[in-house]
Order: sequence, then structure tokens, then C-alpha cells
Amino acid sequence: MADALTISGLDCFYGETQVLFGLGLTLRQGEVHCLLGRNGAGKTTTLKAIMGLVSARTGSVRLGDIELTGLPPHEVPKAGVAYVPQGRRLFAEMTVAENIEIGLMTRQRGKDVREAVLDIFPVLRERLRQRSGTLSGGEQQQLAMARALCLEPRVLLLDEPTEGLMPSMIAKIRQSVASLRERGVSTILVEQRVEAVLSVADRVSFIENGRVRETVGVDRLREDPDIVKRYVGVS
Amino acid sequence: MAFGPHLLLATLEGLVTSAVLALMALGLSLVFGVMRVVNVAHGEFYMLGAVLAWAVASAFGGHPAIGFLAALVIAPLVVGAVALVADRLVLKRLDYNPEATIVATIGLLYIIQQAALTFYGADARPVQAPFNYRISLPWFGYSGYKLAVIGASVALLLTTWLVLSRTRVGLMMRATQYDSETAQAFGIPVGRVYAGVFAVGAMLAAIAAVLIVPTSQAHYLMGRDPLLLSFIVVIIGGLGSLRGTVVAALLIGVSDGIISMFFSPTLAKIIATLVVAMVLVFRPQGLFGTSAR
Ligand SMILES: Nc1ncnc2c1ncn2[C@@H]1O[C@H](COP(=O)(O)OP(=O)(O)OP(=O)(O)O)[C@@H](O)[C@H]1O
Ligand SMILES: [Mg+2]
Repeated sequence: MADALTISGLDCFYGETQVLFGLGLTLRQGEVHCLLGRNGAGKTTTLKAIMGLVSARTGSVRLGDIELTGLPPHEVPKAGVAYVPQGRRLFAEMTVAENIEIGLMTRQRGKDVREAVLDIFPVLRERLRQRSGTLSGGEQQQLAMARALCLEPRVLLLDEPTEGLMPSMIAKIRQSVASLRERGVSTILVEQRVEAVLSVADRVSFIENGRVRETVGVDRLREDPDIVKRYVGVS
Repeated sequence: MAFGPHLLLATLEGLVTSAVLALMALGLSLVFGVMRVVNVAHGEFYMLGAVLAWAVASAFGGHPAIGFLAALVIAPLVVGAVALVADRLVLKRLDYNPEATIVATIGLLYIIQQAALTFYGADARPVQAPFNYRISLPWFGYSGYKLAVIGASVALLLTTWLVLSRTRVGLMMRATQYDSETAQAFGIPVGRVYAGVFAVGAMLAAIAAVLIVPTSQAHYLMGRDPLLLSFIVVIIGGLGSLRGTVVAALLIGVSDGIISMFFSPTLAKIIATLVVAMVLVFRPQGLFGTSAR
């Protein structure tokens, strides 16, 4: 099957500091691809580079036939990539409804999409008028997911969506990732801990010092847990 | 005149000042809130509005209302266009860097001011009010036009509030203000929002100037005091807070009117500056501002 997203030779800098070094990665159609790596390895930067929020000095990010590095950042979501940032980055002063409205920004009409998304996360429907900054952590994460799903993305980027959540909420997020996968959405899932991904991921890439060191199927990972220790340390 | 009517007159004068100041400060506050740009040239957009009002009004003959209404449309549009050019040519190229844009807008201030001196001259020139109706109160007569200025300002402030809180464009502006990076990740063209906000901010200053110029005169240095007062209002009200801007404009305008009338205009300015100093020390985010994220 064709690849959903192909990253190759990506070099990214913050000022003069290089953070990504010729990073390459392929996201297959319909797979959940997990990025694992230590703090500061460059996982978030990789996602930001895909979104065009950090510009790539060299290298390419292709979404089907479209070269994303050539687009202005606000065109990337229109091309079909949605982003759930680390720490959620909700518009805290705005209501739940307004945050969802922002997710619908790329389309002229979004009523059906909005309803469909609220059906996935029914707690949000009860809290549309509430300021999103006052939601609980789990509700905020659901809102961040809902806001991204409003784009009806082909590719979904999730940056540590289970960070700081209790187990039942983690299960809920994991379950929505799995059901998106069934609908053909390709997902890049950034996580710190390997247990968080074994049940949902198809493949795992290990990132170290701004490079992808190794990409393996989850089956390999179950058989040989030592691989994880090599890149993430004891977890 | 007895004390009561005297106080009423001072308050009315203060409200007119507040009305103009609120519009002007709103422009400054929008630009800072959304773009993080401290626009030192904001007073020159105001001056340019007044000077253009004179130019347009004197180009139109006939009833003064025709020339004034033409000025009310044309002057803000021209000033908005100047701001757009400044945004594309200067601010955008500086990547909206907060420090660099301060220096750049200082430069813009001098360019606009010297251009006005060159093409308009150093004279103060009047613009006729569109009508001269005087409302006679039991104690004194009061300019109907000044009351109209207050009304126009209230209408514009309400419109701005409605646009910000109820429309898609307003949502884009607020999203850009809170978190421009995330806004982009949801398809909001932040660059265009910046350009639009800078133009609208300048147009608000120009409208304020056109409204007030019939009660004073157009002069190439007239932007200085309103700039200072706008900064005072924005600091007291809290940067980026519309409600704070309006409340602070009322506070500064009305107290300025009353203190000027009963004591002296200088004392009014001293007190306003003192209030700002107190706010900066005890509540740096302003009365209505939210503290930095
Ligand atoms: N805005 C920035 N300016 C300068 N350096 C940055 C910036 N953001 C990240 N970095 C640096 O880039 C490197 C990679 O950061 P990145 O956020 O991509 O790591 P990460 O893998 O997502 O880490 P974590 O697991 O802690 O989220 C780090 O060394 C970090 O200090
Ligand atoms: Mg990260």
C-alpha cells in the first residue's frame, strides 16, 4: 500500500542549534506509528516540522503528492494533517465550543463533522459553554483530540496524548486511536513509555539525538524488550 | 455657574475625551495584544487621520456635512492602506520581533511626521463640524456634535466587541492572540491576521482623529499627547483587554475633564502618570489584563 507520509533527510534548527539530523521516517497508510525516545530527543520537533511550525533547512516531508515543506504553515492542516500538541495547547480562555470552532476553521460548513466529533467525546457536548481552561485534564485531552478530528485528517499527529492522565482516561484515548485506525487514518503517536503503545501501535521508531535509529514492528518489540532499553533506558 | 452644572460640564467634556481615547487606545491594544507589537507610530496614524480629514473636507465644497462624511470614509481608508504597506514592508520583514518593531515604529513615526510637515505644513487648520446644533440645558448650552462623537464611539466599540466575540474573523484574531503557533496548526493565516489587525488598529486611530478634529484643529504634531494617553489607558486597562481599555479610557478621560476644569490640566496629567506608575508596580498586568501565560 502507498505511504501516507514520507519524511527524508530532515535537518531542523532552533536558531543556530541543530536538533534534527537528516531524520527519515515513513508512515504507512492506515498504520499507527509510534515515536519513542528520551526527553529532548527531537520527537516534538519532528511533529512541528511536519506541521511547518519549525522550518526544515533541508529535507522533505511528502503527503502523497504534496511537498509539505514548501507550504505556508496554515496550509498544512488544509492538506489533511491534524496535530494534537504536547501539553494540549487549548485556547484556555475560550469555551469548549470555540475551541471546536477553531478546529472547523479550514472548512466552510462543519455542522455534521462537529456533531460526529461530539458523539465520540460526549462529555464535551455537556460542557460546550465552559471555558476550556477549567476542564479536567482528561476532558482537556479529549477536547484537544476533538479539535484535531474536526479537520477529518488523513494523517493525525499525537504528541504524548496520555501524559498525566489516569489509566481509565488513557484507555479512552487509546481506544479512539484504534477506532481512527479502523477508519483508515494514519497516526504518528509520540510516547515516552513503551507500555503505552504496545496495544495500539503497528510499528515503533526510536529517536535519539535527532535521528531515527531503528524502526521495528511491535511484534519484534514484544519478543525483544532489550531494544527499548537501548534507546529509552529502563522504563 | 453653580458647582453641580460645572461638574456636569466637566464630566461631559471628559466623556468626549474618553470616547476618542477609547477608540485610539483600542487600536493600540489590539495591535499589541494580537501582534505583540508596541506601535510607537500609533499617534501619527491619528495625526494623519486629522490632516487627511482637513484635506478631504477642504476638497469638497458645499455643506460641511458632505466634506466631513467624505473625510470620515476616506481618511481611515488611506491610513489603513499606509499601515498595510508598513506591515508588509517593515514589520513582516522583522518577523514581528518585539524589540525590533519598537525601533521600526519609532522610525515610522518620524517618517509620517516629516511627510506631514513637508506636504501639509506647520499650520494648524480647522475642519468644520458636520452640524452646529447646540443642545440647550437649563444651565448652559452644549455642542450636539460632541454628544454625537460620544455616540459614534460607543457604536464603534460595540461593533468591535461584537466582531471579536461573535464572528469567525474575531475568533481568528483571538486564537492568534493567545497562541499563534497553534492557530496556524488549525489553518489560521496568522500573517494575514497580523496585517489586518495592524490596518484596523491604525484605522481606529484615524477615525478617532476625524471625529475629534472639528472640535480642535489638525496639526502635524497633534499625535504626541494622544499617544501618551493611549499608552496610559492601555497599561491601566491591561494590554489586549477591550473591557479594560474602555474602563481605563473612561477613568482617564473623565478625571482629566474634571481635574482640568477645577484645578489644572497639568495636575490631571500628573495624576494620570502617577496612576500608571502605581498600576505598573502593584498590578503590572493592568486592572483587567490576565497575567502572562
Ligand atoms: N523553541 C526552542 N528553542 C530552542 N531549543 C528548543 C526549542 N524547542 C526544543 N528545543 C530543543 O530541541 C531539542 C529537542 O526538543 P523536542 O521538544 O523535540 O524533544 P522531545 O523529544 O519532544 O522531548 P520531550 O520528551 O521532553 O517532549 C531539545 O534539546 C530542546 O531543548
Ligand atoms: Mg516533546
